[in-house]
Order: sequence, then structure tokens, then C-alpha cells
Amino acid sequence: MDYIQPFNRILLVGCNECVTVCSAGGRKEVGLLSSALQSAFLSAGKSIDIKEHTLERQCDPEYVEELVGMMDGVDAVVSMACGCGVQEVARRYKNKPVFPAVNTKFMGASERQGVWAERCQGCGNCLLGITGGICPIARCSKQLMNGPCGGSTNGKCEISKEVDCAWQLIWDRLKMLGQEERYLDIIPAKDWRTAGGGGPRKIVREDLAG
Amino acid sequence: MEKFEPVIVAFCCHYCAYTAADMAGSQRLDYPPNVKIIRVPCSGKVDAIHILKAFERGADGVYVAGCLEGDCHFKNGNLKAEKQVQYLKKSLDEIGIGGDRLEMVFMSAGMGELFARKAKEMTEKIRQLGPSPVHTQLEQQAKQKAS
Ligand code: SF4
Ligand code: SF4
Repeated sequence: MDYIQPFNRILLVGCNECVTVCSAGGRKEVGLLSSALQSAFLSAGKSIDIKEHTLERQCDPEYVEELVGMMDGVDAVVSMACGCGVQEVARRYKNKPVFPAVNTKFMGASERQGVWAERCQGCGNCLLGITGGICPIARCSKQLMNGPCGGSTNGKCEISKEVDCAWQLIWDRLKMLGQEERYLDIIPAKDWRTAGGGGPRKIVREDLAG
Repeated sequence: MEKFEPVIVAFCCHYCAYTAADMAGSQRLDYPPNVKIIRVPCSGKVDAIHILKAFERGADGVYVAGCLEGDCHFKNGNLKAEKQVQYLKKSLDEIGIGGDRLEMVFMSAGMGELFARKAKEMTEKIRQLGPSPVHTQLEQQAKQKAS
């Protein structure tokens, strides 16, 4: 709210992809946030004009272009997409302030309805093939590569009874697959350049890129 | 100062509270005219947006009335509604409207007397809380436009 306090006409933009399925920034959440903001500002004695719009995707310039016609009538944009979408809108519309409405937290999966948990940190050199399909980078609190630490107790991580120990999960799964010998393989120190240690990352598909 | 008459929106499930309201009527029970009833097919069908919009348009209080626990025609819509209400109370606190303006109540179709009592209780509670800040602002704006 502090972000948009100085503005009178806001464009609130949702995204129809990932943030829709995780109930964070789709058309429905755009409606809810819009109504909540409207009431919050009214309560504080200010009326603002909020336009709602939801794009197919905010991380592709082709879709972001669709906002062109709406930009003239607004003072600022609030994006409910992930950080990628917010930045794409900011890149395209350089003269409008763009604010994030969502905190993008992690790449995860839904454990059950309404619960999401981190699964991958995009390290750029996937280990899942040797760790029984369970990621030690995203799911072990210490990002250990060769078995558990001494804190692993009854399948739980030492940081909390709510957190499964990734290495317990890995061991259980390897056993199930009859691949116990995999566990003995030493995973060498990880090269973190592909994980962002080498600066901002980019993928170029020469066959696709013009 | 003119007397404050709260505007209260009651989302009533067709299978219980709505019928209970009907029952209250046929029993000639009095309940405050402040309560505006909206019939819904199940309390679980009341979406957050319906509740937020009611407040945005100036409602001073809102309540969702569903069946007694275990009696929902759609298994557990009433419990889902309650979760939603609890969650939205927090949002309303953040927005500055106040979570205590929103309530969840449970009753069966035969409880005309309870319906009337809940309507009275809610009206009294909201009367004490005073008008919602949104309501106050909307009225001021309307006055400014008129003058
Ligand atoms: S090993 Fe790397 S790429 Fe594979 S799941 Fe874990 S973080 Fe993601
Ligand atoms: S208890 Fe398990 S998950 Fe937690 S830090 Fe140790 S090895 Fe990693």
C-alpha cells in the first residue's frame, strides 16, 4: 500500500500462468486485491481508480505488449506475476513505475491443496538422477551432497520436526529402487557457477533464436 | 447526529439459514430490517470476493450463515465457509475495516428463533462498532456530489 500511496490511477495486472495455479496472482486474486485496496484506501479517506487486467503470461514480451492501450490512463502498475513478469512489464514500460504485489519465493510443488513446498533451486546441473529423485540442494537445509548430517532424527531434519530430512528421503527411495550402491558414490564438490555463482544466467537456443 | 442504522449483509444457505429466516417470518418473530439476506446454494459457495465487495460497497457488517456441523448438503461447504471467514477476518483487520465486522454462524432450517436472535445480535454488535470506515467515506462522497 505504501508503494502506491502517491498514485491515483493504478493498473493491477495478473498473470494466467504459474501464479494462477498457485492462487497468488491470477484473475481471481486480481479481483480480490483490487477490492481490498479499494476499501483500504477508502477507509483512509482516499479514493483510487484501479483497472484490472490479467495477461496470458507476463514473462513474454508478446503478451506484455497488450497493455499498451491501457498505459496512458494510469499513473502506476502493480503486477501480481512472479518477479520475472514484474521485470518484463517494467522493461517494456520504462516511464511507468511498476510494483510487485507478490513475493516470489521458490520453485515448488503442491503437497496438498493450499500447501506448497520448495523442490528445486535451479542449480543448473541436476543431481536428481543420482539422488533418487529428491533434491539435496533445495530440500536439505545444509545442502549436503553425500549423506545426512548428525542431526537427522526419525526422518526429520534437525531444523524442525516439520521438515523431512532430504537424505532420509533419498536413502529410502534408493532402497526402494534397489540402488543402495548409488549412496556410496562420492559426489564431488559442486561447481556453483551454473547455479548463479557465475553471474546472471542465460539460455540461448540457437535453433530458435533469430 | 442522526442515528446510525447499520447495513448488514447476510449470505444465507438455501438449505438452512434461508429457510430459517422464512420460519422466523411465519412464526411472526421480529428481527431488524438492517439485515439484507442474500440466498446462496451453500455457504461454501460464498467466495471471498462476494464478502470483500459487500464491504467495498459500504456494508457495515457481513455474516455467512451455514448449516450445523455435519448437516451440509454438500458434505462440508459450511466448514469451508468458516475457514474462509476466519482467513478473511485477518485481511479485514489489515485493510482497516476490522475483522470483527465479519462472522460465521451455523443453524438448521428449523431454527427460526435462532435466526432472529443472530440477526439481532449482529445488528447490535455492528451498531456498537459504528459505521465501517468505507461506509463513512462513501456517504461523505455522496454528500459532496450532491452539494
Ligand atoms: S539438483 Fe539442482 S536442478 Fe536438480 S532439482 Fe536440485 S536444484 Fe533443481
Ligand atoms: S538433518 Fe537431513 S535435511 Fe537436515 S541438514 Fe541434516 S542432512 Fe540435511
